Amino acid sequence: MPNKTFFAFILPSLIAMVLFIALPIVSVVVQSLHVSHEQILVEVENCQPFGGCSTELRVDTAATAALREEQPLGRFNGLGTYVNRAHLATSELGVILSSERSIGEKWAQILNLPFYKALIFTLVYCFVVTPLAMALGFTIALAVNALPKVTKGPIIFFSLLPMIITPLIGSLILYWMLSPNGILGATIQHIFNDPTLSLRASPALTWGALLTYGVWTNAPFSFVVFYAGLQTVPGDTLESAMIDGASRWERIRYVIIPHLAPLATFVALVQLMDNFRVFEPIVGFSAEANATSLSWLIYNDLTGDSQQFGSAGATSVLTILGVVILLSPVLLRTWREFKHKAV
Amino acid sequence: MSEAMAHKRPTLLNAFIYGFIVLWLVLAAVPFLWTVWGSFKVEADFFSRESWWNAIFGTATIRETGAAFTGDGYYGAWITRDFWKAAFNTIIVTICVTSISLTLGTLGGYALARSGKNYAFWILIAALVFRAMPHITLVSGYLLPFFQLNIWGVLPTSIIVLVAINQPFTLWMLHSFFLSIPKDLDESAMVDGCTRFQAFRLVIMPVMWPGVVTTGLFSFLLGYNDFAVTAMLLSADNQTMVPKISSFLGSIQETGNVMFAVAAVVSATVPLFILVLFFQRQIVSGLTAGAVKG
Repeated sequence: MPNKTFFAFILPSLIAMVLFIALPIVSVVVQSLHVSHEQILVEVENCQPFGGCSTELRVDTAATAALREEQPLGRFNGLGTYVNRAHLATSELGVILSSERSIGEKWAQILNLPFYKALIFTLVYCFVVTPLAMALGFTIALAVNALPKVTKGPIIFFSLLPMIITPLIGSLILYWMLSPNGILGATIQHIFNDPTLSLRASPALTWGALLTYGVWTNAPFSFVVFYAGLQTVPGDTLESAMIDGASRWERIRYVIIPHLAPLATFVALVQLMDNFRVFEPIVGFSAEANATSLSWLIYNDLTGDSQQFGSAGATSVLTILGVVILLSPVLLRTWREFKHKAV
Repeated sequence: MSEAMAHKRPTLLNAFIYGFIVLWLVLAAVPFLWTVWGSFKVEADFFSRESWWNAIFGTATIRETGAAFTGDGYYGAWITRDFWKAAFNTIIVTICVTSISLTLGTLGGYALARSGKNYAFWILIAALVFRAMPHITLVSGYLLPFFQLNIWGVLPTSIIVLVAINQPFTLWMLHSFFLSIPKDLDESAMVDGCTRFQAFRLVIMPVMWPGVVTTGLFSFLLGYNDFAVTAMLLSADNQTMVPKISSFLGSIQETGNVMFAVAAVVSATVPLFILVLFFQRQIVSGLTAGAVKG
């Protein structure tokens, strides 16, 4: 296809992506280097009839508002926002690490820094939910594959629901069931015999609930993909493995899993990308006291009383860096394959 | 394969398989059924302090309203709190997002599938990186410019943003569907005197409908399920269903009317339910299309 035709076809789509994906990334970087203007202070002389005169500093509200209106981006701050307490907290981190406390105490203190609290939860969510959901999905696929064909349709129908559901709605549904007066929350209190146990009071329960939600909503995707993959496992190979005396488990381990490995890489990649932006469950479960994510931090900066664009920008840039690191193995491999093909 | 092996499977393993599937179906379906059932009760039943059997039999519902089922939650959400307006906005947003995404996506996906040049490959890789961007990071880049341009808060802005965010995925999916259509088809049309665009529109598109429908379903889901973009870019009057539900949560817990939110959640789930019911095969083929082809 000639270059001209190619670009005529792809131009609308390319413009949309450049304007609303590439430019915002630039805009986020610029924002992260700025902070909003400080309040303008004016010196006011205060004279009293008998006490003489004194000068004091006052905030010039009108001038401050005018300046902020004129330059909404604020003033240049360099990397100041990145290293402050709400983000990388370099100085606080240094103090904590060099202190004489035990590792457990240091850990607890690091968890008090908002950025690290969010980063740790995001990573745990990514790397716990993804493998568990894939394992669950694979098991369901194996089980459904062993059932008579007629049951397939209804099972897939119900299995798709947790995946297709709006994330905020799905997490609200589970949250209501898990609330102290809901069916699951009351049952949990009963099991542990602790009437004060609730999502709000227990960080462990909150993390557990969020991770459970993650597995619940991610498993169907693995199930569907792996089920489709199971249909393509060569019957001859399975049969010869059986003749050679391979047990059920050995057939799964040495025939089916290697056959599905490329699919598993794809599923892991997609789910890691999606789980890294975990956000709605935190809102749905009102979990911010016990667990936050990077996306939630940005949302929180943008929705507060005063919108902190600089702070949101810095967290966004750090999040984007995280995405790039997460994707780097794939990008490197693609790059190598591409070079290989070119040579 | 499965039937042949089923004969030889030990009973214990069979029992385990059936038990496991039943357990999974319970986990997958019961939260929805429970919430649908509970949405017709009063709060004292759905969030019962005494026993969850109240939610099943509706003890407090009978006491308060005289019947075992009540539509008060739905009335409160849809009429009193204007949920119908949010539903209407959602319809506009999803229809526009789906149709614009597909128009741009089919053109672009076709070009990518037929080009074979290096830059087409790099555009696909860039799209993959864009696909991985958390939406809220992009939103934090939109807000200031949109305030400055005075286009914040209205539906068209959100629609365009959702279309753009949707493009990387749409391009990838349609590109892989177009690859499955033989090149000879459009080439022979062009030999017969069609322009590239005519070949695309008159020869390729008619055989592409299954792929377009499948991709359209996923575009629809993205627009429908989105929270980050619509919550941040729409003013309170223009909210779609999902941000409206989240705004319910803030105000409703004070007035003690959590049932409005429950009713709204169930209402917003119904279209998804219907979607899966009718398009199950397309959804499955869409999920596997990207995977099987790598």
